[in-house]
Amino acid sequence: MHPAFSVVFFTTATGAGYGLLALLGVLGPLGLIAPDFWPGFVGMGLALGLIAAGLLSSTGHLGRPERAWRAFSQWRSSWLSREGVASVATFIPAGLFGVGWIFLGRLDGWVAAAGILATFGAIVTVCMTGMIYASLKPVAQWHSPYTLPGYLIFSAMSGCVLVNALLQGFAPGSTILPAASVLLTLFGWGWKLSTWRHNDQLEIQTTANTATGLAGGAVRSLEWPHTEENYLLKEMGFRIARKHGSKLRLIAQALAFGLPILFLLTAFALPWPFAALLSALAAIAQFAGMLVERWLFFAEAKHTVMLYYGR
Amino acid sequence: MTCLPGPGGKKLGLVIDLDTCVGCQACVTACKEWNTGGHMAPLTDIDPYGGHVDGVWFNRVHSYEHITEMGGRTVNFPRSCLHCETPACVTVCPTGASYKRASDGIVLVDEDKCIGCKLCSWACPYGAREFDTDVGVMKKCTLCVDRIYNDNLDEGDRVPACVAACPTSARHFGDLGDSQSPVSQLVAERGGVDLMPELGYRPTNKYLPPRAHTQRAASVAAPALEPVRAEGGFLGWVDRMLSS
Repeated sequence: MHPAFSVVFFTTATGAGYGLLALLGVLGPLGLIAPDFWPGFVGMGLALGLIAAGLLSSTGHLGRPERAWRAFSQWRSSWLSREGVASVATFIPAGLFGVGWIFLGRLDGWVAAAGILATFGAIVTVCMTGMIYASLKPVAQWHSPYTLPGYLIFSAMSGCVLVNALLQGFAPGSTILPAASVLLTLFGWGWKLSTWRHNDQLEIQTTANTATGLAGGAVRSLEWPHTEENYLLKEMGFRIARKHGSKLRLIAQALAFGLPILFLLTAFALPWPFAALLSALAAIAQFAGMLVERWLFFAEAKHTVMLYYGR
Repeated sequence: MTCLPGPGGKKLGLVIDLDTCVGCQACVTACKEWNTGGHMAPLTDIDPYGGHVDGVWFNRVHSYEHITEMGGRTVNFPRSCLHCETPACVTVCPTGASYKRASDGIVLVDEDKCIGCKLCSWACPYGAREFDTDVGVMKKCTLCVDRIYNDNLDEGDRVPACVAACPTSARHFGDLGDSQSPVSQLVAERGGVDLMPELGYRPTNKYLPPRAHTQRAASVAAPALEPVRAEGGFLGWVDRMLSS
């Protein structure tokens, strides 16, 4: 599948943004974050900023973005429509939570309730995003039990590393969040490795035989219907050389999992300004790494239509 | 709504005979010619006379070599929308632009509602949908909905343009929901198949596999040519002289 940058950035940014929002929404009401202005302003600003930037980026993928409002109508059948509805609905409790925290300086009562609702909305929205891909039968690498949990795990992981960087900057001393960030990043790493192993060993039922209805033997493409690349080949026929694929997998692992774990563990042993700096670097490296991971998620996915082209 | 209609009676579709298709591409050009002025018009061409031609087509004919223990054969394979009974291209549409008609099962796109998110083309395993980059919306085969009900055409012409154009009658149009219709009987008689049945899209269009090889092919009366034996003597000398 063609890795359009607008969609790669959209899923990565909203994943991290919803993860951060979900954690702020529970950590605040639990009393693990003080209701101070700056953590609230930077934290909620970053979370809602990432979500809004991602959603705006996704409209760049549309042929007719001025009609995007129509996408809220078919929530009864379409995961994409459900994602749109859930993402917009989540802005309401998230906005109230942010106002209560930043301007009223409180994280109890109705502000806490809004926070819990924002967490719930964030989790639901990430599930909808995951299901868009997990429900597509023509792409075997996506139509897999690994896709939906993957979206949730990576969202929680990016969100935790971000919230840790935020709190290391404003209220250092906690060891729970750095430890949770390391553990979630390790879990995410393991999940990605098992996803790749699963995809590399896939035995796909759909073949050139079932695609053409010609039973038995081998079906070899003799001639394409056209000499130049058409929409199908540009959108669904994206190919990366295998050697680049393995290199990119290494780069994704180093940036998204390896370096953040190294930075976070080193931060344990260092005093305040350095620990905060390393925690921020861990979040930045992980975001870059997740962009590469998401690029591969598209680039390595194979669509059944390519069977008609002998690819 | 993009929810699918319940099981209806009428299922209009095509039956494509892979035994008789000669790959002449007449259906391809007839489709383009009719539909660039039809329901989904225009079928935009980008850079049509340049080095990187691109454009929207609803019907493409591939050529394959099918190799079995009986030998190899060339199979020409027209590929277009199969108007599935459970089309995921419809249910994934977030705007309601994609829909399946309850009255005859035709899958259509309402161009005025399409936002061009392309998700329907990802959901179609058959590559039936092509995006028009110029207009910014998705386009697809309409089963010539503007011909088959068109009172201005002679009754015999009220078939999809691809069917009307086919010189070998490899394409048949009719109601596959009626088990007594000529197309349904043709499918039953020739063992018509679904494409990618394992994905569960339940295509309406059926493909008739090529007929089995037979021994009835014409036998060649003349013996195969043999290499000329080297002659000796005078004639052999003449042969060598003339060959050198």
